[in-house]
Amino acid sequence: MLHYLIEKEFKQFFRNTFLPRLVISLPFMAILIFPLVANYDVKNFNLSIVDSDKSPYSGELVRKIESSGYYRITDVSATFDDALKSIERHESDILLEIPVHFEKELVREGKATVLISSNTVNGMKGGLGSAYLSSIVADFNSEIRSELMQVSRGRQVPAIEIVPMYKFNPQLSYKVYMIPAIMIMILALVCGYLPALNIVGEKESGTFEQMNVTPVSKIHFILAKLIPYWVVGFVVLTISFFAAWLFYGFLPVGSFVTLYVFSSLFVLAISGFGLVVSNYASTIQQAIFMIFFFVLTFIFMSGLYTPVASMPEWAQAISAFSPLKYIIMVFRLVYLKGSTVHDLLVPFAALSGFAIFFNSWAIMSYHKKN
Amino acid sequence: MKQSLPTDIVLSAENLTKKFGSFTAVDSISFEVRKGEIFGFLGANGAGKTTAMRMLTGLSNASSGKGTVAGYDINTQSEQIKKTIGYMSQKFALYDDLKVWENIRLFAGIYGVPAKEIAPRTDRLLRQLDFEKERNTLVKSLPLGWKQKLAFSVAIFHEPSIVFLDEPTGGVDPAARRTFWEMIYQAADRGITVFVTTHYMDEAEYCNRVSIMVDGKIEALDTPGNLKKQFNAQSMDEVFHQLARKSTRKAD
Amino acid sequence: MKQFLVFIRKEYYHISRDTWTMVILLLLPIVMLVLFGFMMSTEVKNTKFAIYDPSRDVATQGITNKLAMSTYFSFSGYLDSPDQIEKVFRSGDIGLVVVFGERMYESMMHTGDAQLQLVADGSDPNTASTLTMYATSMIVQYQQELTGDLKIPYRITPEVKFLYNPTLKGSYNFVPGVMGMILMLICAMMTSVSIAREKELGTMEVLLVSPMRPVQIILSKVVPYFFISVINLATILLVSVFVLGMPINGSLCLLIFLSLLFIFVSLALGLLISSAVDKQMVALLVSALVLILPVMMLSGMMFPIENMPAVLRWLSELIPAKWYMIAIKKIMIQGLGFSSVIKEVAVLSAMALLLITASIKRFKYRLE
Repeated sequence: MLHYLIEKEFKQFFRNTFLPRLVISLPFMAILIFPLVANYDVKNFNLSIVDSDKSPYSGELVRKIESSGYYRITDVSATFDDALKSIERHESDILLEIPVHFEKELVREGKATVLISSNTVNGMKGGLGSAYLSSIVADFNSEIRSELMQVSRGRQVPAIEIVPMYKFNPQLSYKVYMIPAIMIMILALVCGYLPALNIVGEKESGTFEQMNVTPVSKIHFILAKLIPYWVVGFVVLTISFFAAWLFYGFLPVGSFVTLYVFSSLFVLAISGFGLVVSNYASTIQQAIFMIFFFVLTFIFMSGLYTPVASMPEWAQAISAFSPLKYIIMVFRLVYLKGSTVHDLLVPFAALSGFAIFFNSWAIMSYHKKN
Repeated sequence: MKQSLPTDIVLSAENLTKKFGSFTAVDSISFEVRKGEIFGFLGANGAGKTTAMRMLTGLSNASSGKGTVAGYDINTQSEQIKKTIGYMSQKFALYDDLKVWENIRLFAGIYGVPAKEIAPRTDRLLRQLDFEKERNTLVKSLPLGWKQKLAFSVAIFHEPSIVFLDEPTGGVDPAARRTFWEMIYQAADRGITVFVTTHYMDEAEYCNRVSIMVDGKIEALDTPGNLKKQFNAQSMDEVFHQLARKSTRKAD
Repeated sequence: MKQFLVFIRKEYYHISRDTWTMVILLLLPIVMLVLFGFMMSTEVKNTKFAIYDPSRDVATQGITNKLAMSTYFSFSGYLDSPDQIEKVFRSGDIGLVVVFGERMYESMMHTGDAQLQLVADGSDPNTASTLTMYATSMIVQYQQELTGDLKIPYRITPEVKFLYNPTLKGSYNFVPGVMGMILMLICAMMTSVSIAREKELGTMEVLLVSPMRPVQIILSKVVPYFFISVINLATILLVSVFVLGMPINGSLCLLIFLSLLFIFVSLALGLLISSAVDKQMVALLVSALVLILPVMMLSGMMFPIENMPAVLRWLSELIPAKWYMIAIKKIMIQGLGFSSVIKEVAVLSAMALLLITASIKRFKYRLE
């Protein structure tokens, strides 16, 4: 009996003018466009310079900053107040003031200051911008120092050379961080939300009730709804893997098997969630609102682009309830670090838990009779 | 497991009641339907017809009372009942985005018609309906009257012992309604019991027996001829109006 | 006028009787605001770090303690060999490994060639660079404490000042964006869906044959949503200020004026959409694709516009929420006056005018 129902779902799916195209084009479009939009690389700061010293050293410092590639000098002002105006006009993000007698003080008294003021309305950007700037100043400082020391032949200064190194993503590219998450978003759409909307659609058109007076059991009805979307979901996932390789040459360090295993778990969980929604919603509009609300919540709790570790404690506690959090974490770990199932026991347990929880809830809230 | 009922009783209800909170939608109705009969289930909108039918088809649980359909208990054996009945709702819920033959195949498959028989029986049905040209048409592009005929044919394709029709002829012209009733007679001749709700009183005349529900209760039950005599009326329409006047419940 | 009020009352009944919609209209803004405000934080706090320390001397102890004491880091443990670095990163909860050289203290004080490696998990690039930045500055600080202020000659001290948001709260950036998104969602989406519903049910025809003028009918659909938006605006502002601790440094009047202007733009957009579609479902999808998605993606609320390719940057100029957000940040956080937001006001007014004219024209055309 099941195969008649599955056959029907596939026929309906492929007869739909919109869905098959969506399913094929979505992974390509999303993986091509989304990383361009969701590019959180912090660089290209607009810098306003107030050089009140106008000495060789101050000029050298400005040149050094400019050649770092992070800063574009968009404003040169005579006074601090003028420079502040340029920040207010959003012409610059950061302001560097080199005070009068900068060079003189540095050479004669052995110390000098520069002032960095950054617009931190966007805390991330402002914080990083001023931190990069400070480190460029520090670099400049040590160059100047060795230059001056050679002249004065002073003794060695105690120093530690700090060498930063970025594992897994040496270029610090934001793309490789976002792409695994995008794959998950697409998978959730195909395997979680589409079947839910499909079931609610049958409720609206009356065919759901027709099915209820037939001998079709609820487990068959639900399986017949889910299996086609599972199949399509894995096709879409595979297309996503392919697109990531095609556009960015991006391949997982870990194994595809791990990815597919965890995806299956996640698909079980998210389609269970979809079923719960479809049990409570009686119109498509309601279902869309519910999905919109929960998906938004899941996404923001998932650490999709703001790290879970940055959230306040209570929010971190809540984020433990987002299945997306675990699967996005797994995808990033496997893609970037090559983690294996052995490293991922916690998400494995969590996702299994979600799968059991949502599906039991779905079965309990499903009433063929009322 | 069949119970020891008289074999010609296909459906029985005994004090069947459905309450929604403090509102009693169906108030202790009792009646029987015999094999091969066309049983008209009449009532104004909101009288409780659809609710009663939903209980009999296993879509809804009874608050109290008993009932059997094809020998099975509606309270405990609704899944068995579903195998032996056919159902056609007001919305004649076929799948709009499936073709004619695909709808037939789907429902035949669901009701367990053996796979080998489906194709030849589909051919025969389409010939009978003179539908052969429409075999590959999507149901959504069929005219309303055709959809209704198809929905009815699908509902009896698996030869159920009883078929429930919920206002099957809404919204079509008298000619289409006539041909539809011819199909109902043919089905009844084959021994399929027909349980039909309608609010067209001329259709009530076509039934073997009718019951009329008012405010959740069955107020009258007999052959159309006897009812007209009893209420001293010219037509079923008059009978119905005399009864409906008693109603205190507002139609929705 | 009296008829007009009757129509508005009818509209009000529609909305207030649909419990679900009502809950969503009033609750969604609050929930979203709280979620965004608290969860969308990019602040680095208590990131776990591990140490590989073959020296175990004063200097390495000092640096380890300094990092562990800070609010940014929390100490997770020592590694036995550098081989373990990969492994600890793979389970995913360690953000930074500090690898000390041998005999740190000695080489630091005497030969001046001490080496230390900061290995960060680069998978999240911004967190990684923030972490190394913080760790570097703390190590430098330690070094200064150790050697004493006077010993280093020729020192340039950068004095860093954070303008407007000294504690670098993430919510300052996100809340204005959420305000824009919520107002857009409610005004545009709800209006377009409710008009599409009347069309779908056929009740629009009934209204149109009544003696009311089409413009009045349209207005009567819009007015209730305008009021709901105003209520939402009030709750949003209250939650932002009292729950999320957002400041209102500029003029409240100006803030409200700009918000009302933005609400007009959104309502006009909703009308335009509804004049083009006949089905609720389509109205929903169009609203989601044309309004919500671009607002989230291209308004600069989540992702910096300056990093996008030129085509997307131009597109972002067309998004009303972007202009609203910029203006709101200027007023609420930077405390700037009217003269600083003239450009934004001008752009939004132009959009409002254009959209209202276009949607009225379309409606007339469709009705005739």
